[in-house]
Amino acid sequence: MTAIPDTQGGFALPRLGRFRGLANAALGIAILLGLWWLGGVAVANDPDMYAFSDFAPGPTLAALWDILSTGEVFEMSGPSLYRVGMGLAIAAALGVPMGIAIGRTPWLREITNVPFQFLRMISPLSWMPIAVMVYDTWDGAIVFLIAVAAIWPILFSTAAGVRRIDPAWLKVARNLGANPLHMLFTVILPAIAVDVLTGIRLALGVAWVVLVPAEYLGVTSGLGYSINDARDILDYSRLAAVVVVIGMIGFALDYICMLLIKRFNWVRDTAH
Amino acid sequence: MIATAFSNTTLRTAPRAVRSANGSHVAVMGLSHTYRKKDGRVLDGIDFEIQPGEVLALLGRSGCGKSTLLHMLSGLTLPSEGEVVVNGNTVRGPSNRWVMMFQAPSLYPWMTVAQNAGLGLRFGRRSHEVVKRVPEVLDLVDLGAYSDRNAQELSGGQQQRVALARSLATNPEMLLLDEPFSALDAFTRRSLQRDVREIAKSLGLTLVLVTHDVSEAVLMADRVLVLDANPGRIADDVTIDLDDAGRTSGSDPFQAEQARLMQLYTQVAHGDLPAAIS
Repeated sequence: MTAIPDTQGGFALPRLGRFRGLANAALGIAILLGLWWLGGVAVANDPDMYAFSDFAPGPTLAALWDILSTGEVFEMSGPSLYRVGMGLAIAAALGVPMGIAIGRTPWLREITNVPFQFLRMISPLSWMPIAVMVYDTWDGAIVFLIAVAAIWPILFSTAAGVRRIDPAWLKVARNLGANPLHMLFTVILPAIAVDVLTGIRLALGVAWVVLVPAEYLGVTSGLGYSINDARDILDYSRLAAVVVVIGMIGFALDYICMLLIKRFNWVRDTAH
Repeated sequence: MIATAFSNTTLRTAPRAVRSANGSHVAVMGLSHTYRKKDGRVLDGIDFEIQPGEVLALLGRSGCGKSTLLHMLSGLTLPSEGEVVVNGNTVRGPSNRWVMMFQAPSLYPWMTVAQNAGLGLRFGRRSHEVVKRVPEVLDLVDLGAYSDRNAQELSGGQQQRVALARSLATNPEMLLLDEPFSALDAFTRRSLQRDVREIAKSLGLTLVLVTHDVSEAVLMADRVLVLDANPGRIADDVTIDLDDAGRTSGSDPFQAEQARLMQLYTQVAHGDLPAAIS
């Protein structure tokens, strides 16, 4: 027994060295697939549920291959990615400047605190009827819902980052003759880059979750629509394949955010 | 004074381009300061003059307003009464002709050493000078080889040297030091005290430092203003009569000057123990 705890988490497989992380990841995927397969077997053996046996891994993966190989996946996810992208862009365009202003100005923080915390706790989907009334197009309404969902993590994370900026950094910049634009682009934005990106990563998670139910609205494109469509024509393997696609794209987007955070993180382990 | 400094052969010789034309002349006239009305005056009726190229130490215990006074020389804080006049012009805000150095180096951790050192030039719309100036000033503080390193990889003393290079890059006439060595270990502190004095002398800069350390004042300054507290007033104006050979903490003349200043300081401090001599 060693006294050093396994801080990495997961199984400490012996003698796998640097491959341990990969091995554990593969193990996790295998467990998920195994549980899915067991569920499929159980459903297939239950006379009441037999109709749903296409949710099992075999038919689903076949349908997934179909969707991927015909390029239909781009047709399905293109509109969804556009909506999420637009919603996030609007949320960032509003949330980052507001977050900086709130982080820098105590009275603004005090004024906005209660209203913003209140609005944050309202499920974005509860704005749906209003969004549908206000916007001419379904696309507009969905982008609005995503922006409403995504703005809060970005705004709060940015404001928290600004408040953590070392006041000495601002003083030194002023002393060296920085004007307000220098202050913003040379000191504040680099200092909070990781906080902003972390906010965007959280926002992306929320937005991706809100997207699918929002696309159950009147639109005739996107991943949420594809799920509804597959259900209507009782094509359960296709429905499950779209679910897998949603998971994979979400995972990939999150991974990109993580790489960006790593890229812009200036905290070094060697810091004194 | 400047002439003797230039003739000192032990100095690293600064490249010609690094030299400023002249140090600032400073006149402080009738300066008083109150932060909040009910707290009373921090500084009360301060008058003094600093000659170009002079090294002046403001010595006093914490709370005597010495740091506030330095902030007023820099223009980062404006006095409630009186004025600071540099080269005939009243100070109304920060200027790139004088730079302040703080206790913490406060380098930007997302930048390299060279990027940090060139910031003043960038802010002053002199980016075209960066390529030439930054290597010069980094060589001056013995960090030429470190220009592409991340600022966080350096030791505390090295970081403070980068902060010094950053301050010198814009060719200032005056350097204002707010206890910039107090966070460093004794050995690093000694070498920086010596180097900063040498660099200031070789460039002809006016240097003003704030300290509560008597030996630091004796080691670095040509002249020491001992400040009284509550409200801050000038209690003594002492000339440190040491040649460059005498400016080592072991020498007899140094010990004598230190003892003399310590006695004055202790009297001013109303029996309070002065800060430890390190």
